[in-house]
This record gives sequence, structure tokens and C-alpha cells, in this order.
Amino acid sequence: MIIRRTFEEQLQELQNDLLQLGRFVEEALGKALDALVRQDLSLAKQVIDEDDFADDMDFGIQTRAMQLLALQQPMARDLRVIGASLRIVLDLERIGDHAVDVAKVARSLAGRGYGKHVNEIAELGALSRKMVSDSLQAFISRDIEQAREVAGADDEVDDKCDLIQVHLMEQMRDDPSQIERVTRLLLVARSLERVADHATNIAEYIYYVETGEMRQLAREEHDPSYEPVDATLEAINPEERDHDAVEDLE
Amino acid sequence: MLSSTIENQNTTQEPLEEPRMVTRDLSLFYGPKQALKNIDASLTANAITALIGPSGCGKSTFLRCLNRMNDLIEAVTITGEVLLDGQNLYSKGIDVVALRQRIGMVFQKPNPFAMSIFDNVAFGPRLRGVRGKSELAEIVENSLQDAALWDEVKDELKKSAFSLSGGQQQRLCIARTLATKPEVLLMDEPCSALDPISTLKVEELMRELRGQYTIVIVTHNMQQAARVSDNTGFFLMGELIEMDASSRIFTDPHDKRTEDYITGRFG
Repeated sequence: MIIRRTFEEQLQELQNDLLQLGRFVEEALGKALDALVRQDLSLAKQVIDEDDFADDMDFGIQTRAMQLLALQQPMARDLRVIGASLRIVLDLERIGDHAVDVAKVARSLAGRGYGKHVNEIAELGALSRKMVSDSLQAFISRDIEQAREVAGADDEVDDKCDLIQVHLMEQMRDDPSQIERVTRLLLVARSLERVADHATNIAEYIYYVETGEMRQLAREEHDPSYEPVDATLEAINPEERDHDAVEDLE
Repeated sequence: MLSSTIENQNTTQEPLEEPRMVTRDLSLFYGPKQALKNIDASLTANAITALIGPSGCGKSTFLRCLNRMNDLIEAVTITGEVLLDGQNLYSKGIDVVALRQRIGMVFQKPNPFAMSIFDNVAFGPRLRGVRGKSELAEIVENSLQDAALWDEVKDELKKSAFSLSGGQQQRLCIARTLATKPEVLLMDEPCSALDPISTLKVEELMRELRGQYTIVIVTHNMQQAARVSDNTGFFLMGELIEMDASSRIFTDPHDKRTEDYITGRFG
């Protein structure tokens, strides 16, 4: 017998909305990349115009999550779902913003010819986008292995992004008339790298929801010698916390 | 740290820090019916342990085992050990009255005696043989201070205890218990008859007392357990399913039955 049917339904709706937002920003990212590659001005404009929807959903989800915390006093997994939702929704909203950033570059470059390295950027975008869609899939199927894989893919994105930056720098050196256009592409590469970071965050929250453990999955994949710390407040010394705060600002 | 830990069939956990009281293989029968099943529990010194679980799960029965209150009930059989600082309370030759001074109890409904506020608090010390007026006055003031009631009653100590509100009466009962200088404070749903503000006052009082006393509270109110306690034990059908830090129990319990109960999916 389900005692808290209303609460269960509200919790499910919250997760459904999160998923809807996730799919929306993932599609927006896909459209922005298409607009860039195909120099499609109208598609770029569409991505920019539709972003209000993501912002509205973000506010709606946050408001309802706060209400559930206040009114239902959730515990255990329910609490973790709501707490993680409050964080995941921020990451999704940021992914939406990065899609808009890419779309704006697509808009400014439309009709001005392909850049030399657009295909490389498209590949980077495809990787980042896959991380977003895989994190959403892990969310639906409660799959911590898939969450781990998403976090593990972040290194590949970082490497690819570094390489693209080197290529774009070379292009600027070789042909200074390209500086303005290539600078915009640098911004795109940076946005796509950030999208992958947000997908990694989402994967880490999914891992937390399912296991109760806060783990820095990407760091674990990246650095085999890294050992997870006890993430309780008492266990983290102030110096380390300040260090983390500085890193966040960077 | 003692080696005693909770090792039920389904859970193996780290022992909690510095237990003041430990139960080992504690079982209790009402006639043929077993109400407590082989409870191994550690109650951390100078901390608050909350006991939660559905009605009839054995949490209050367990609490009453901790100061031998169940002795008063007919046809009760108790097996196993309850240790206070290593000494078994159920050994032969234990002075039960002296024991209940070391392990005080506060009940569900405030139960002040039909006497003045002062005499209520002085009752225990007088029974212990304290006669000096100034000594009694000092004990009464300190106990009422510790129970966060002094400021509200200091000018009317001679008034009947029944003139106080329900919340004040409960804090008076806590002061009366503190006056006997217990080491352990057992509280059986101490707020269930109180309004929300009085409840918060008693909870705040518990937080203030926790450094000096080992407190065990039975509560039906899960939010209360989460708010006030350091550790929480979950009872179900006479078994202690798991006991762990409250921060763990309420965010990530080990046992599915605990999860189902605290998230309201029980039944």
C-alpha cells in the first residue's frame, strides 16, 4: 500500500519536468551545433528565442522542489532526489545558456563561409551532447555505471578542446584577418567544454541519489591515485574548503 | 570504544562512539509473546539517541528496560544484559532505587506532584537525605536553570506545580529528574502532549543538556528525531533494524525497511 500517494506523484512530476528540461536543452545544443555547421541563421535564431522556456522551467522546478522540502519533509532517497534536482536543474539551465552562446556565434558567422576547424568543433559538440543525453539516460534508468561512464568521458572532451584551441591559435597566427571569426570559435569550444563539465556534475548527482555517496567521479577517473574523502562537513578542513571555493571561482 | 555493535541479520555497522550504555542480546517476553528480540545496541555518552518505529515495535519497551521499569510489570521475562559503564543492571544485588537515580526518566504526560514547584524539584534530593535549606535552594535553582525554566518561575516557587502550563510542567519534570543528578536521561515521548512552541523549547533544552547527559528519547515524530538526535535507532516488530548517526539514517539508511518507514512508504 502506498501511503504518501500525493507526495509520490509530486516527486515523480518533479523528475519528469527535470527530464523534459534536460531533453529540451540537449536538443537546443544539437540545433545550435547544426546552425553553426550549416550556417543556418533561422535555426540559430530559433535556439536563442526558445531559451526563455528553459529559464521558466528552471524557476518552476526550483520553486516546486523548495515547496516539497518545506511541506513534505522528505527523508532518505526522497530527500536526495529533491536535493539533487535543485543542483541538476542549475546545470541543465547552464547547458541551455551555452547552447544559446553557440547559437549566437552561429548567427554572427552565418553567411561568412566555413571556418577551417568547424568540423572539429562539431565533433567536440557531438561528444558533449552525448554526455548530456547519456546523463539523462542514467537518470531515467538509475544507472550508476552509466553515470560513471559520463564522468569518464570528460577527459576526452578536455583533450579535444585543448587540441582545437591549439589549432585555432595557429590559424590566427597564420592569417590575422581571421582573428575575429576564430575568436568566436574559441568561445564555442570553451562553451562545449563547459557543457561536458555540467553533464559530469549531473552524473555525480545521479550517483549520489542512487548510492547516498557524494563522489568526484571525473576526478576519480582522471587521477587513479585520488581517494574519495569523507564528504561530511566535519571531515572537510577549512583550508581545503577555501581551496575548493577558489577553484569554483576560477 | 567497546566492541559491542549492532549486528542484526541484515546489517553490520561500525560501533558508535563511546557508549555509556550497551545492551547485549537483550530479549523481553510478555508471557509467551516476545516483544524485544536479541537487541544489541550502543548508546553514546553525552549525546542524544532517538528511538523510532511504528506503534508496538518495542521502542518504549526497550527504553523501559534501560532503568528496569519493566520489573514492575507482571509476567515479564528479560534475558540478556544491559550495561551501564560496563556494569549489568540486571545482576543480582543491584539497588534499583539507586539505579533509577543514575538513570532518570521523563514521561509522555507531564506528571508533577501535587505540591509546590520548589518541593517538586527538591523531592529527589530530600529523599536522598539532603536537608540543608541553602543546599536544597541551590539544587532547585540549578536544576530549574538547567531545565530552562528558572526565569519563568523564580518568583513563584511556592505556587502549585499545577499552575504551570503543560510545557512548563514538562520542563519542571525534567528539572525534577535533573535534581537527582542522573547520568542518563530517558525520555518517553516527552513532547507528545505539548504544543509546537513548548515542543521546540524542550527540544532546545535537550540540545543544551546533551553535553552533560546521555539522553535517550522515544519519539513518534520523525522530524523531531532528525532535529534533536545525534544517533537514531529504528525498531520494527521487536527488532532493532539499524542504529546509526541521524545524519546518515535520515539521508541514506542502510536497510530498506528503515528507508520505507522514514519515507512514509510503510505498510
